[in-house]
Amino acid sequence: MSDLAISVSGLTKRFGEKTVVNNVSLDVRKGEIMGFLGPNGSGKTTTIRLMCGLLEPDSGEGRVLGHDIRTERRAIKRKVGYMTQRFSFYEDLTIAENLSFVAGLYGMSPKRQVVRDTIADLGLTARKDQLAGSLSGGWKQRLALAACIMHKPALLMLDEPTAGVDPKARREFWDEIHALAHGGLTVLVSTHYMDEAERCHRISYISYGDLIAQGTVPEVVQGAALTTYVVTGGDTALAARLLRGAAGVDQVAPFGATLHVVGRDAMALKTSVDTVAFQTGSHAELSDTSLEDVFIQLMGAA
Amino acid sequence: MNRFFSLHRLVALLIKEMIQMRRDRVTFAMMLGVPLMQLMLFGFAINTDPKALPAALVSPTQDRYTRAMVTALELTGYYRFIAPNATEGEAEDLISRGEVAFVVTVPSDFGRRIERGDHASILIEADATDPSVASGAISTLSTVANSALLREAGQGQASSNGLEIIVHRRYNPEGITQYNIVPGLLGVILQLTMVMMTAMALTREVERGTMENLLSMPANPLEIMLGKVVPYLIVGAVQVVVVLVSAKLVFNVPFVGSLSLVLAGVFVLVLALVILGYLLSTVSRTQMQAMQLTFFFFLPSLLLSGFMFPYRGMPDWAQVIGEIFPLTHFLRLIRAVMLKGADFSAVAGPFFALVLFAFGLAVLALFRFRKTLD
Repeated sequence: MSDLAISVSGLTKRFGEKTVVNNVSLDVRKGEIMGFLGPNGSGKTTTIRLMCGLLEPDSGEGRVLGHDIRTERRAIKRKVGYMTQRFSFYEDLTIAENLSFVAGLYGMSPKRQVVRDTIADLGLTARKDQLAGSLSGGWKQRLALAACIMHKPALLMLDEPTAGVDPKARREFWDEIHALAHGGLTVLVSTHYMDEAERCHRISYISYGDLIAQGTVPEVVQGAALTTYVVTGGDTALAARLLRGAAGVDQVAPFGATLHVVGRDAMALKTSVDTVAFQTGSHAELSDTSLEDVFIQLMGAA
Repeated sequence: MNRFFSLHRLVALLIKEMIQMRRDRVTFAMMLGVPLMQLMLFGFAINTDPKALPAALVSPTQDRYTRAMVTALELTGYYRFIAPNATEGEAEDLISRGEVAFVVTVPSDFGRRIERGDHASILIEADATDPSVASGAISTLSTVANSALLREAGQGQASSNGLEIIVHRRYNPEGITQYNIVPGLLGVILQLTMVMMTAMALTREVERGTMENLLSMPANPLEIMLGKVVPYLIVGAVQVVVVLVSAKLVFNVPFVGSLSLVLAGVFVLVLALVILGYLLSTVSRTQMQAMQLTFFFFLPSLLLSGFMFPYRGMPDWAQVIGEIFPLTHFLRLIRAVMLKGADFSAVAGPFFALVLFAFGLAVLALFRFRKTLD
């Protein structure tokens, strides 16, 4: 077996006429946290479903944990934990009932012990007989995660796990993910949040089915080769209006009282920004390009 | 602009509602399909005064009087002699299987007695498990038979002693409707609850998004199907006990046949129905659609199976459609066994039809399931 937990190439999936995943290749090393990014409807969920054996690809091949994604889907399901985007445990079962259902499906033993330990780890012992449907968003997410890792998977796939969860719960969730990865678990997590992407070891950016960028966060930022200026003071509203469409300017985004101006052509950008800064009496300064700037750029290019 | 009622708000609501209605294809089809189906079924298929009922004739001496009788009976439109020269045993067999609704027995000395002007009699046995089937046919009997004989024998001869027509309402001599309805009701209740419950149970998983999770865990289609089906088999078993016990204790429906044969039939029926429900759930996306599909299936089967209206009274095309419902076959089986005491060989036809349904539906369901993974 190689040191890759996921190694797929040329994955393509069509639903009718629509190609949802187009020729996606992805390598995820063992023990790393891979961020999986892309705009809404870009095929992230479908790609994840292809890799955990829920869908069969129209073309392409690959191995997940050493198992063929076409022929060994059963084996993959046993070793992978998949947390769906929507809470997909039974809202009309209690926490304990949900967990013992999962334990039963995976044939874990001693079942009661495993369930009791999982509930204790979650810190939900006092509420174990509460219906899952009555839990708050943050708790539902923690329950779902606990249920997904109960069978000690080697690979965890999380599909937008923190949607609708407050910042504190999100941070705790990520601490947990890092702890798991430290213990040897490989994690593939799709997200829209830049701060979450930055917590990943590596990221892959997929757009409308195509894989566009892959690497560590600095690699991806560097690879985009963007120049960013921050414009402060003066009439920023006027500056924004003047900068949009100016030579070398690809993005103009207001951040509070400041403007982020991003472009690929450093020389042309500098000229435009300096001119506008002079006209509007504001001050322009070279700045670091953020991951978000890169993604907006990538989305615009796609 | 009126604050309490505005036309443009109403129009906006109407447009939105109509768009939604059009998008939901299944509901839209139901809205057009159900009235059309009801119209066809009630208008053309259902007949509460059934005509051309199959009959057997037992007449050792096929003389001219017998022929006159038979012709007269057929002319009423109620009788159709499909076995015009049956032996007593054959006739008994036919009526017990439900293949004929009447057995007309003309004794061998019938003609001689008529000619001598003696007292003569014929026996008409009617399958009264469904009292409404026999009533019309029986009520026309005596006048028709008498006038036919008078014509045949010439005036004056037969009139002196007349003709006695003995009518035996077999299996249900008092013509109690419950005898027919209650055993059939078992099938109807099972059909509604089993199909609907199973269809909804699986659709619920899809609708709530739990299906995706379930499939990502190591459970295969067969396990999921059995996991869904078995609980409802148990519910079905409870319903069977309730209906059979109340048939006996509350409605005093006779139970002359073998209980184990009835239970075997019930088991196969429930199996077929539950799998059908499962099949419906693989084609519907929401619980609402599953319920609509259930009713789309339930309604014609109720009308065409012979539960509400006599099967024999329907035109041929409707009888053919009736054959595609498991309920039709179950009704034949349970009525024959409970009321007529039919043995396995007599109900083998409907029994194996049910087995075929269960098997065919199971194959279809497993096939469909594989598709829904994608």
